[in-house]
Amino acid sequence: MSSNAITIPGTQIQARPWVDELHQWLTTVDHKRLGILYILSALLFLVIGGVEALVMRIQLMHAHNDFVSPQVFNRMFTMHGTTMIFFVAMPVLFGFANYLVPLMIGARDMAFPRLNAFSFWLSFLGGLLLYFSFLGGSGLYGAGNAPDVGWWSYAPLGARAFSPGHSSDYWTLALLVSGFGSIGTAINIIATIVCLRCPGMKISRMPLLVWLNLVMAGMVLIAITPLSAAQIMLLIDRYLGGHFFDTQAGGSAVLWMHFFWIFGHPEVYILIIPSFAFMSEIIPVFSRKPIFGYPVMVGATVCIAFVSMSVWAHHMFTIGMNSYANSFFAITTMAVGVPTGIKIFNWIGTMWGGRIQFKTPMLFSIAFLFQFLVAGLTGIIQSSAPVDWQLSLSYFVVAHFHYVIVGGILFALFAAFYYWYPKMTGRMLSERLGKWHFWLFLIGFHLTFDVMHIPGVLGMPRRIYTYEPGRGWDTLNLIISIGAFIQAIAILVFVANLVISYFKGAKAGNDPWDAWTLEWSISSPPPAYNFATVPTVASRRPLWDLKHPEDPDSRYE
Amino acid sequence: MSAVTTSFPSTAAAWQLPSRGKVAMAGLIIAESAIFTIFVVAYLFYLGKSLTGPSPREVLETPIFYTICLLSSSLTIHFAAKCLARGLGFAFLGFWLLTIALGGLFLYGTAQEWHRLIYEHGLTISTNLFGTTYYSLVGLHGFHVTAGLVMLLTVAVLGVCGRVGVKQSGRIEVLAMYWHFVDAVWVVVFTVVYVLGR
Repeated sequence: MSSNAITIPGTQIQARPWVDELHQWLTTVDHKRLGILYILSALLFLVIGGVEALVMRIQLMHAHNDFVSPQVFNRMFTMHGTTMIFFVAMPVLFGFANYLVPLMIGARDMAFPRLNAFSFWLSFLGGLLLYFSFLGGSGLYGAGNAPDVGWWSYAPLGARAFSPGHSSDYWTLALLVSGFGSIGTAINIIATIVCLRCPGMKISRMPLLVWLNLVMAGMVLIAITPLSAAQIMLLIDRYLGGHFFDTQAGGSAVLWMHFFWIFGHPEVYILIIPSFAFMSEIIPVFSRKPIFGYPVMVGATVCIAFVSMSVWAHHMFTIGMNSYANSFFAITTMAVGVPTGIKIFNWIGTMWGGRIQFKTPMLFSIAFLFQFLVAGLTGIIQSSAPVDWQLSLSYFVVAHFHYVIVGGILFALFAAFYYWYPKMTGRMLSERLGKWHFWLFLIGFHLTFDVMHIPGVLGMPRRIYTYEPGRGWDTLNLIISIGAFIQAIAILVFVANLVISYFKGAKAGNDPWDAWTLEWSISSPPPAYNFATVPTVASRRPLWDLKHPEDPDSRYE
Repeated sequence: MSAVTTSFPSTAAAWQLPSRGKVAMAGLIIAESAIFTIFVVAYLFYLGKSLTGPSPREVLETPIFYTICLLSSSLTIHFAAKCLARGLGFAFLGFWLLTIALGGLFLYGTAQEWHRLIYEHGLTISTNLFGTTYYSLVGLHGFHVTAGLVMLLTVAVLGVCGRVGVKQSGRIEVLAMYWHFVDAVWVVVFTVVYVLGR
């Protein structure tokens, strides 16, 4: 194994005292360390948000349960939603982007390392602000602590009169602060990809992960900012006596909904596109075939980005828009299924005829394909406005979007963890624990979220803290809660795997999966400087070219 | 596992990529445009929806002079950047200070207008919807002008100390991009607030 690290003879690296090590981590501007910090902070909030979900599931286990009060239940679903979207999904995806994009394009670091560190600490501080509301939220009013008005904070619930104290202020500030962090990271990712590619890495040769993160970063610039603007308006209403969302002074509650969902729907695609990116790297490697339809994949992604900007009001069919608006948003919502379908066919096309290796990353990827398809189909069911009038605000919707976020995004993330953990730590994750994790999580997921569609169709509304017995919801809710606990056990197996493998895992070497992108050409974990010599690439699979000089890809491009 | 080396075949072709400063500023401008769009939409949506007075027609006066000041500062900063690129240090500093003066004059104009609205017409941010949307939109723009002026002043101080030369020309151009954006936003705000909105 030829090592890429520069070794200076006669020097011995001493282990630093832990205070020094901690100081290094806290002040780092290295994209790899910041990526890991992003991922660790996301895992922390994942556990917190997961506990909140379990509290809700215990409460709903059977009718007339009084495990928590209605007030606490409201706080739980608000905090669960806000935490999972803003402080788990976004940071973990930014973490992977941070770690992988410079390595995949052969760069030394991100374009703006200090901005990178600043963005991370902003988003982490945002999470701390949100959770500080448990302590400081009641203010002088003695009114509630954590935010409890749902993760949409629909007007007028966010107004002073309905959210006294500071709970909504912490919510607003947390989202504003982490939003600025997201914008900083997005600008950084774009600048890195546009300006720091190694020689030969034309945009038509970038790995799909890089392409898709470029599209994601572009969407962040356009979609996160409306939320920031709306938060500024809410702050003006709450602190300066403004009337943006004050219906008594002629303001409009519906305008808040529009502003929120102009952010809220593209946000789903901001989260799913990096998940597509993981799939587009992992599926080819474990099918031993190059990706099928590279240009079409890029085109479909850009197409999704554009169309997803014009679908937001399908979250608002029940507020009574006119029939033209309903038709428009129904059609655009159905249309976004087309490029997404193209992607699924491309991944299947990649697997078709390949020599598929059923390692843990591939298992999660295959589950992703099936589950994301189902999630998309229930989405298309609801894109029809009359059907949505029936299903909106029911558990069917909750089941649908958890199918996207857990069945899609989280499964893709698990695949990414198993695939890139060896690169980040130098150790393989245990395949045995990985299989346990996969099957337990798969069973738990389907038990919870397949079943959850049914009480939705039977009319169980979301966000209720309890229900009457004898409506046909009891057994279903019990099954859903059992599934949630199986998922929690699977997560414990996963965390145990992360910890145990860090110390006891098999040594990974540079390239444990026999993969084709640049990050696998350097040691695991990579040295601080990434590449000792600036690589030059001649095709989409530079490592294939190196390993097979008799038949390089560059001959066919 | 097969051994992997990093000695990739080198290509002889020249490899040129855009400057990261300009790309990042373009990204920031896109993000800021989205924020301003939301505020402009709110302003237009609430036009004529105030339940109480005063209305824009009654109290707003078109700030033509100060608008000319701000727009011409785009020209002066352009000349300043061009002078710096050619190594004309004194001309650069002159145009740069002129830009700051014009930007400052514009802010003075806004301050005067707000003073008049508050003390003569009793219009504050909490008076009615017009007050809320007007002060937010114009205030957001004013905030960006102020932030720009702080950066321009920093460069001016460094320039007077002789620390700004041809080498910094790329960075100055990035700052100039931001200033042009602030001016372009004013064209939109001016059209919406003082032309369409009255």
